[in-house]
Amino acid sequence: MRHTITILVENEFGVLTRIAGLFSARGYNIESLSVAPTMDETVSRVSLVTRGDEKVIEQIKKQLNKLIPVIKTEDISFMVHLEREMLMVKVKDSDESLALADEARAKIVDHEQGSYFIAELTGKTEKIDQFLKDIGEKNIIEITRTGPVGMRRGIEGFVV
Amino acid sequence: MKMTGAEIFVECLKREGVEVIFGYPGGAVLPIYDAIFQQSHFKHILVRHEQAALHAANGYARVSGKCGVSLVTSGPGATNAVTGLADSNSDSIPNVCFTGQVPSYLIGTDAFQEADIIGITRSATKHNFLVKDVKDLAKIIRQAFHIATSGRPGSVVVDIPKDVGLASCEFVWPESVAMRSYQPVVEGHPGQVKKAVKAMLKAKRPVLYSGGGVMNARGSAELLLKLCHQLNAPVTNTLMGLGGIPYDDSHFLGMLGMHGTYEANMAVSHCDLLVSVGARFDDRVTGRLDAFAPDAKIIHIDVDPTSVSKNVHADLPIVGDVAVVLQQILDEISHQGKTHNIEALKLWWQQIVEWREVNSLGFEQSNEGPIKPQTVIRKVHEITKGDAIVTTDVGQHQMWAAQHYGFKKPHRWLTSGGLGTMGYGLPAAVGAAMAAPDEPIVCFTGDASIQMCIQELATAYQYRQKIVVVLLNNAYMGMVRQWQEMFHESRFSHSYFDSLPDFAMLAEAYGGVGLRADTLDELDAALATAFSTQESFVFIDVAVAKEENVFPMVPAGAALNEMVLS
Repeated sequence: MRHTITILVENEFGVLTRIAGLFSARGYNIESLSVAPTMDETVSRVSLVTRGDEKVIEQIKKQLNKLIPVIKTEDISFMVHLEREMLMVKVKDSDESLALADEARAKIVDHEQGSYFIAELTGKTEKIDQFLKDIGEKNIIEITRTGPVGMRRGIEGFVV
Repeated sequence: MKMTGAEIFVECLKREGVEVIFGYPGGAVLPIYDAIFQQSHFKHILVRHEQAALHAANGYARVSGKCGVSLVTSGPGATNAVTGLADSNSDSIPNVCFTGQVPSYLIGTDAFQEADIIGITRSATKHNFLVKDVKDLAKIIRQAFHIATSGRPGSVVVDIPKDVGLASCEFVWPESVAMRSYQPVVEGHPGQVKKAVKAMLKAKRPVLYSGGGVMNARGSAELLLKLCHQLNAPVTNTLMGLGGIPYDDSHFLGMLGMHGTYEANMAVSHCDLLVSVGARFDDRVTGRLDAFAPDAKIIHIDVDPTSVSKNVHADLPIVGDVAVVLQQILDEISHQGKTHNIEALKLWWQQIVEWREVNSLGFEQSNEGPIKPQTVIRKVHEITKGDAIVTTDVGQHQMWAAQHYGFKKPHRWLTSGGLGTMGYGLPAAVGAAMAAPDEPIVCFTGDASIQMCIQELATAYQYRQKIVVVLLNNAYMGMVRQWQEMFHESRFSHSYFDSLPDFAMLAEAYGGVGLRADTLDELDAALATAFSTQESFVFIDVAVAKEENVFPMVPAGAALNEMVLS
């Protein structure tokens, strides 16, 4: 089962390695990992997607909490929450591809007529997957994705 | 007041109450060693290899109840320390290691004696720090000691670049070490404690199973003894937990697990309530997981939440300091004012007595020899009345010591349980001797293990430590040979030594007393010499039965009740 875990950590050097190292040392999978500082610059927020049965996820959460710089963790998978990821894709220029980008409400951030364009798209992972499929592998030059970031719905914040 | 990093180091150790550190100098730590030379707050014990510094600090910590401290240089000094860091972390022993680092402006340039020790030790420590600015040094040292000694203790590295030791700043001692990201739970949840007590009083076939957590939470051994008497419940110890219950207490079943007693393993296999106190359901304890304590409700008391339900599902977890939780449980028992199930316990004990009669640790010693290794351990027990500080290395001798020594008190059994580090025993004894110089200290070792840190005889001699090294010499890596005999059709692949030194002569060369015992009479004479007044260490090389095996044994992957008895 796929789980999205959000983690608040001390914004200090090496934290990301500690998290990644924990996963490799204990044989857990990381599907994606994204991290950036929050409004409070001493705190970074990590969004991590992993897979495992209930027992494994429980251990992952405990092991994450055991890392000294981890302030708190939350598995948002079972909560009402939003998840978004961002894609940048470089595509061979064509009217069909541009039309697909327009249809998906992707933003064209760079365009050289007859050569290529770069589209930026934000949305659920499935939406991005679908968009890439529609464009077609043979038309894609390169892609980069952030991996999902997530947030619970409701007035309460996940803060220190 | 303005101070250099090296002076801050000394001042912080003084304020942390450090009395002794173990170390080995080198280029990157020269400024710190210079400051150590000019102070008198703590002693520095000069070991002969950095691994030994860590083991010695570990031994010191276990006996004294304080944090172990060591100091090594950058590069190879630090990498040599890695085994000791992993060892302490695995056995939850508080151990702070200061490593020198190349000057900050050289970090990342593959400089002479540079190693990324932060990267290397990340998974071998509870936490590690690189000090980038001398202004952070005092705060980091404070945090390092706090992290190493609180919650589930462990090893912590503080990596200090050479220029940080030389730089100066205003010294500010942080009065508190509040860390928002690190707040170990101390008290058990009252609701859980209440439920646990209910289950304990109702149980028909309870077993208490205690581990190293009882050693770490000082004072909890007495509470455990009280609890088992109040519940009239049998107690078994893990390897790390030996000494948690006096060996001669009628409630003690001996050690459980792979080389545990018949009664301990059978009791665990048949109990209806298993209360784990500061133990972590290690694979050497549980055997095959699906057959472990199949009928039991499991209560797990542990300070480390990750240990709970990691290997075995806990029906009733209580996270907290073992001593605090045991006291809460005792209070709750008197509060509930009920007694345990007296009738059911009578039947349970009848069953346990039957299991005891199997006498699973029995062995035969003929007068003509050869000397059985178990005999040696028992003789040392008699001479020291079960009250020596005992260190071991890893292998057969370790298991025999665990099975046959018989500990009267906690904090006197020093063995590498989790990591299983050959070479631990002698340096651990060196550390123990710094914590308890007037107590008898015995290091049981094997002819393979001792050679992994034998250079520490020089340290023992330098500080005139009265350590008695008892070498059970069978000219094999005994435990490897045993497994090869049992599981690899006696193909003794590289487990036999064609060449061994004359250990008695070697011991003499290092300055101590070297003795050799081939017969029981010689053994008695050697032990009498060893435990009489001596100037420094005594090393007894005992020729023991070469192919004796450790029994009982639960083969790897088997269930606890599938023991091989002989």
